[in-house]
Amino acid sequence: MSLLNMFNRRGSAPVARDRLQLILAHERAGVGGSDLVMVLREEILAVIAKHVEVERDKVQIRLDRGQDMSTLDIDIELPLTLANKVGGARAGDAKAGDTKTKTAKLAAA
Amino acid sequence: MAKILVVTSGKGGVGKTTTTAALGAALAQAGKSVAVVDFDVGLRNLDLVMGAERRVVYDLINVVNGDAKLNQALIRDKRLDKLHLLPASQTRDKDALTDEGVARVMEELRDKFDWVICDSPAGIERGATLAMRHADVAVVVTNPEVSSVRDSDRIIGLLDSKTLKAERGETMEKHLILTRYDPARAERGDMLKIEDVLEILSIPLLAIIPESTEVLRASNVGCPVTLNNPLCAPARAYTDAVRRLTGEAVPMSVPTDKKSFLDKLFTRRAA
Repeated sequence: MSLLNMFNRRGSAPVARDRLQLILAHERAGVGGSDLVMVLREEILAVIAKHVEVERDKVQIRLDRGQDMSTLDIDIELPLTLANKVGGARAGDAKAGDTKTKTAKLAAA
Repeated sequence: MAKILVVTSGKGGVGKTTTTAALGAALAQAGKSVAVVDFDVGLRNLDLVMGAERRVVYDLINVVNGDAKLNQALIRDKRLDKLHLLPASQTRDKDALTDEGVARVMEELRDKFDWVICDSPAGIERGATLAMRHADVAVVVTNPEVSSVRDSDRIIGLLDSKTLKAERGETMEKHLILTRYDPARAERGDMLKIEDVLEILSIPLLAIIPESTEVLRASNVGCPVTLNNPLCAPARAYTDAVRRLTGEAVPMSVPTDKKSFLDKLFTRRAA
């Protein structure tokens, strides 16, 4: 372990520095309430809610804030009847009462 | 049915967040399902110490207000399947937490997990009293230093009066974790001894965490110390603490890192 550490003199501090710079850049941009990714999240959900009764707990949102690009991954379960209408899924694809998942992925600088 | 544990101290900077992350990870490493909850609204840091800061979408206040469901706000640890984080809000202030809202969230967490660990903010204001309000067990984090011991005494008083358990007339189970302990300095008489702190606070000792560069190294990379280097002295101390919490009888010791000749030669290397 100590030998390994000797060769790895760079240590953990540069990792700390990079992580802080990244998250602080996002937080500073967010002051004033305009974190773009958060605004997009709300607006996308609002648009979908206009057309479909979206159950809030059937929506999973994942976020990864990056240096040059953040990814917002929204997973929405649509009811079977609606999935048939929109996605044209065959009745055999899903069991009774089952749901179809629609995924929207987008990136924002 | 989860046990709800609050990590509290009164004084800031003594190691509450480090302890929350380490205990949470060690419990998950032992196979328990765990949620760690950051109550430090406005100054969240548990996400950073656990390396999940880039993945925060919703937070505790969103769930309390009903803007998000609990399972949408919980962030699952990428290294430990059974470890989950409920982050604090970074923008809103502590008054946004309502008593009823927090009670509802805590009950929901209690149903879902084996252990719920609440990371209390420093101080004795609303955030701190809400963090301890629903607890079954309290871990008081103290440094062997006069101001920390005095503040811990104050917090023990609050645990015995302001919690639901105390209001029901029951006794709050309390444990002490002594952090940043340096046996050599205590031996020289330059640091309060374990016995001194225990005699003053008179609550049972759960663990002694030795002063170690490993703690800073783990927070630098955003990984709980028990996961980042499970064999280092502080990680072993936290793992033993978890074994004691889950009912095992583990003899108390101050774990140390054996220093090799090369380590001694390069003690000034970067953490």
